[in-house]
Amino acid sequence: MASIQLEGLTKRYGRVTAVEKIDLTIGDGEFVVLVGPSGCGKSTTLRMIAGLEDISAGVLRIGGEVVNQREPKQRNIAMVFQNYAIYPHMTVGQNIGFGLYTSGLPRAEKEARIREAARTLRLEELLDRRPAALSGGQRQRVAIGRAMVRDPAAFLFDEPLSNLDAQLRSAMRIEIKRLHQRLGTTTVYVTHDQIEAMTMADRIVVMRDGRILQVGTPIELYENPVDVFTARFIGSPAMNLVPAEARDGALSVGGSLLPGQGAPSTSQDGVLVGIRPHDLVIGQGNGEGGLALSGTVTAAEPLGSETLVHVDLGGTEVVATAPGRVVPAVDSTVTAQAAPGSLYLFDAKTERALGRL
Amino acid sequence: MTAVAAPSTELAANRKNIRPGRVVAWTLLFIGGLVMITPLLYMFSTSLKSAGQVYDLRLFPADPTLDNYLRVLSDGRFLRWFLNSLIVATAVTVSNVFFDSLVGYTLAKFTFRGRYFIFLAILSTLMIPTEMLVIPWYLMSSQLGWLDTYWGIMFPGMMTAFGTFLMKQFFETVPDDFIEAARVDGLNEFTIWWKIAMPMVTPALSALAIFTFLGNWTAFFWPLIVVTSREMYTLPVGLSSFAVEQSIQWEMIMTGAALATIPTLLVFLVLQRYIVRGVMLAGLKG
Repeated sequence: MASIQLEGLTKRYGRVTAVEKIDLTIGDGEFVVLVGPSGCGKSTTLRMIAGLEDISAGVLRIGGEVVNQREPKQRNIAMVFQNYAIYPHMTVGQNIGFGLYTSGLPRAEKEARIREAARTLRLEELLDRRPAALSGGQRQRVAIGRAMVRDPAAFLFDEPLSNLDAQLRSAMRIEIKRLHQRLGTTTVYVTHDQIEAMTMADRIVVMRDGRILQVGTPIELYENPVDVFTARFIGSPAMNLVPAEARDGALSVGGSLLPGQGAPSTSQDGVLVGIRPHDLVIGQGNGEGGLALSGTVTAAEPLGSETLVHVDLGGTEVVATAPGRVVPAVDSTVTAQAAPGSLYLFDAKTERALGRL
Repeated sequence: MTAVAAPSTELAANRKNIRPGRVVAWTLLFIGGLVMITPLLYMFSTSLKSAGQVYDLRLFPADPTLDNYLRVLSDGRFLRWFLNSLIVATAVTVSNVFFDSLVGYTLAKFTFRGRYFIFLAILSTLMIPTEMLVIPWYLMSSQLGWLDTYWGIMFPGMMTAFGTFLMKQFFETVPDDFIEAARVDGLNEFTIWWKIAMPMVTPALSALAIFTFLGNWTAFFWPLIVVTSREMYTLPVGLSSFAVEQSIQWEMIMTGAALATIPTLLVFLVLQRYIVRGVMLAGLKG
């Protein structure tokens, strides 16, 4: 196990800067998820940590030692790839054992490690099979097994669940998380799926355009996003954003005055109000001081436990929630209410967070 | 009732499926097959005829005999030529499979300055006809003392532009993740090529091995020029000598040729399943 420090880490491809001066410290045994949209630089960052990409500028330390110039094999890290990258011409046992190819361990020790990894990942019955005869989830477990046997300083996962169906992805999420809890190995995990990030991470690193926007625990990011991008990226369905109007020194949304006195006075003519769909509830009173928005239903998505209701507020569409059995009719008028304390304010120009109401 | 009715329905459906286009295609394929196999059959047929029967063009000899085979096999020269061809074709095939794939892999998977230029330079050699190269090759062999040696026969074909091109194209289809995973696992670049990349392009290697072996087994022009002593003849050169020196002994030529096809058939039979498997895998991918 080891800590990983990124100091001003930069990656340039010619004139294009893919990752720009990022600073991040990943603690020993921590599970950190790099999340962001395609092209945000998260995979490039992971590949720089792995040694698969040269570092254009900055310093990378693993276990306190600068490893910028070290080959991947000298960094003692293990990586699991999006496409599994398990070798089709080898059996499951050979694939898992391949991680020990250069270890110099005695054969008996190698065998013991392979069996142990197979037992942990429930692959014992499949050791003699070839990858072609395995399901997607089993293949991914083999890839994890190959990484595990090496007992590396850190695990790097590059979107490992992207190729799995939703059900399997959910099962593998739990499996990887349990594995981390058991092994306690430092883990850096890249995904574009915010649910994976929220459910697995000790800390999430939100990236965009090659920069880090915010680092924090899942709840910190959910509760206190620093800007509109993070606010909309974390949480599903995405946060609603409604422009606020300045009226008599106060802010109003869709004709309703914003609750409380905390509305920032300096940028009243450029404020976006963020409301998470789960905080905007149809058919329930939210007590005194809440925000009530009325509009026309444009679509309803019943999910069983709740219904997602798309409401047109006269030009701006928001997603609200209704209790499971309530499915408002399209074109009907509904009122959705948000409780005090559930509103997020953002500067419309800079998109930075201004606080909560 | 249903069980009885089902086959006839199936037959009717099958009959419906026989479209005119298919009939034409099968007919053309049948004719093509016939054209290909007839010389082969005549070769075997002639090898079973005595000298007097050679010009009797019946496919099945009136009085078949194995005397020609006994004569050819008891003639030490034939076995020597056979061995020469086997040594040359095997060595050149192994060399091509090794070097063409090594260079192809390098061009496909490494980014370095001049990579494209090198690839173009290699490809451009395909445009130079062999006839133009024979004189420089001969001069080179002469200066290096390779005339009338195995090296002399083999060196022009030890690595080919076609093989390099073929292997480069195949290595490009190997996902980089496999190679990077092996790098992270601590393998050096040569071991990655040998242990990871090579097994993934077995169909291409098989194809290359078959082409190279056949090409060298049947090579005539260059061995004829570079070899002077009868002991160093390759099989095609040796067989042609039956025609030159002792008038034309068709039955002997055909017997030698029939024996000469055995290794090529073996190579194809052993390696073709890899090609077929490769085609099947490519179909299932993704």
